[in-house]
Amino acid sequence: MSLNSRVNEQLSKQPKVLLKNTAIIVLNLLILFLSTQYVEIKGLTETGVDIAGAIIQSIFTPNLEFLLNFSTKGGVPYLLLETAAIAFLGTIVGAIISIPMAFLSSRNVVPSWVAHIGVAIITVIRTFPAVVYGLMFIRVTGPGAFTGVLTLAIASVGMISKLYIEIIEELDPGIIEALDAAGCDRIQKIQYGIIPQLLSNFLSTAIYRFEINVKYATILGMVGAGGIGAPLIFAINAYRWKDAGALLVGLIIFVLIVEAISTQLRKKLA
Amino acid sequence: MERIKRLFLPKPITLSNGKVIQPKMSPAIYVVPILTFMTLYSIQLTGFKLATLFRRGYQFFVILDGMIPPNFAYFEKVWEPLLATIMMSILGTVIGSLLALPAAYISSENMMKSKFVKFITKAFLSVVRTFPILVLALLFRIIFGIGAFAGTMAIGIFTFTIMTKMFYELIDTADMGPFEALMSSGASRIQAFWVAIMPQLWGQYFSLVLYNFEMNIRNAAILGYVGAGGIGLILNERLGWRVYPDVGLILLVMMITVYMIESLSRTIRKKLL
Repeated sequence: MSLNSRVNEQLSKQPKVLLKNTAIIVLNLLILFLSTQYVEIKGLTETGVDIAGAIIQSIFTPNLEFLLNFSTKGGVPYLLLETAAIAFLGTIVGAIISIPMAFLSSRNVVPSWVAHIGVAIITVIRTFPAVVYGLMFIRVTGPGAFTGVLTLAIASVGMISKLYIEIIEELDPGIIEALDAAGCDRIQKIQYGIIPQLLSNFLSTAIYRFEINVKYATILGMVGAGGIGAPLIFAINAYRWKDAGALLVGLIIFVLIVEAISTQLRKKLA
Repeated sequence: MERIKRLFLPKPITLSNGKVIQPKMSPAIYVVPILTFMTLYSIQLTGFKLATLFRRGYQFFVILDGMIPPNFAYFEKVWEPLLATIMMSILGTVIGSLLALPAAYISSENMMKSKFVKFITKAFLSVVRTFPILVLALLFRIIFGIGAFAGTMAIGIFTFTIMTKMFYELIDTADMGPFEALMSSGASRIQAFWVAIMPQLWGQYFSLVLYNFEMNIRNAAILGYVGAGGIGLILNERLGWRVYPDVGLILLVMMITVYMIESLSRTIRKKLL
């Protein structure tokens, strides 16, 4: 048999998926077509190109006085510090609330029906974006950094407890049994059997969430919950590009630093 | 007291040959004070007051209480922004994922030879990734005008930066054997990539697309706040007017939509992998 006919024979053995694939592609194109009907493609506004240019230019020529104003409360460094504080405190509060939540929703700690209820509550909390909680908390505690902390705390609980549950359910019972056999008392079992297994993973999760919260803290400022978001939205709406540029540059540097630190810390913990 | 001290400074161990070993000091000895200091400083900076929370906290439950039962008659006004939100996410995800393919190619270690190109694209992507999606929407709203198109573009760019990163990491770990075989038989790099690398990754690629779509549905729900279309607009308006039964319905509808799309996407993803 020549090489060509062997190749052809092999090719003919290929599963026939043409019809199925065509159907999937047509269906997807249909959905895509429908979505273009909903999203009116408008192109740029008349001044759009100029504005896009101004925004990009502003990032390279920010208002340096504003960017490097370390002394007063209005400067970019202070706003970033406030944003960091909101994210940090939100993460701490969220992580502390998550610990009992997670233990009460883990199948190896409580009976499975209790765990199911806990998981359901956590899932509902996780459904809503942080901004929705922000808009609600503003009616409770008024605009300001405090609202940002509460919002991030609630929003963090959804994700942190889910990850904590996974960590707790992976606890190795063998270690605790071994300690039991060696005659350890309850506190010793927790100290040597449970805490070492949980602590580094718990911390690592919290640090990861802090990284996310830093980004959310920026967004929350826009709904009035403190931090750098509010000055940013004002600067952009007022077309003060130099100020907006300073805020954006500050934000870029800040987020990159936080990401780098978080990655380093988590590498150490792993 | 002894026990608490031992938490930080473990007991010295005496070996059988008489040698005494002091185990390492726990890192808690400096981590705990640093964390405490940072917490206290943050509390002071953000004006965190438990008293306010106890005094005003019930307000949160007043809002929740107002949402139950939701005003089902309001659904008439909700489905259209809801559909717009979903369509924005679909279109944005598709745009972002398509753009991510070539961008991932030129940022991957094993495909792209030029270190300079890799560095530039990766640096650019990390910078754009620092922008939260609402900031992008805010900028695009001014460039493209108020409406769903600005939101779609924001979702598209956001997806693009995340997809590119996730996908070039996949390309980096792909099996290079078939690629080298094709290269040695005279295919160009792009041809070899398309025929030898992509077939390994299509399943994971579509899985990533769906994962991003899930995220984007949630993100799209908030874009309305800056006037970039979708369900966030009416949510913000109804909350502002304190029409809580309507808010309840919007949240309920959002919850059901997110849940349905997540279940659907998870089922498809399981089949893909």
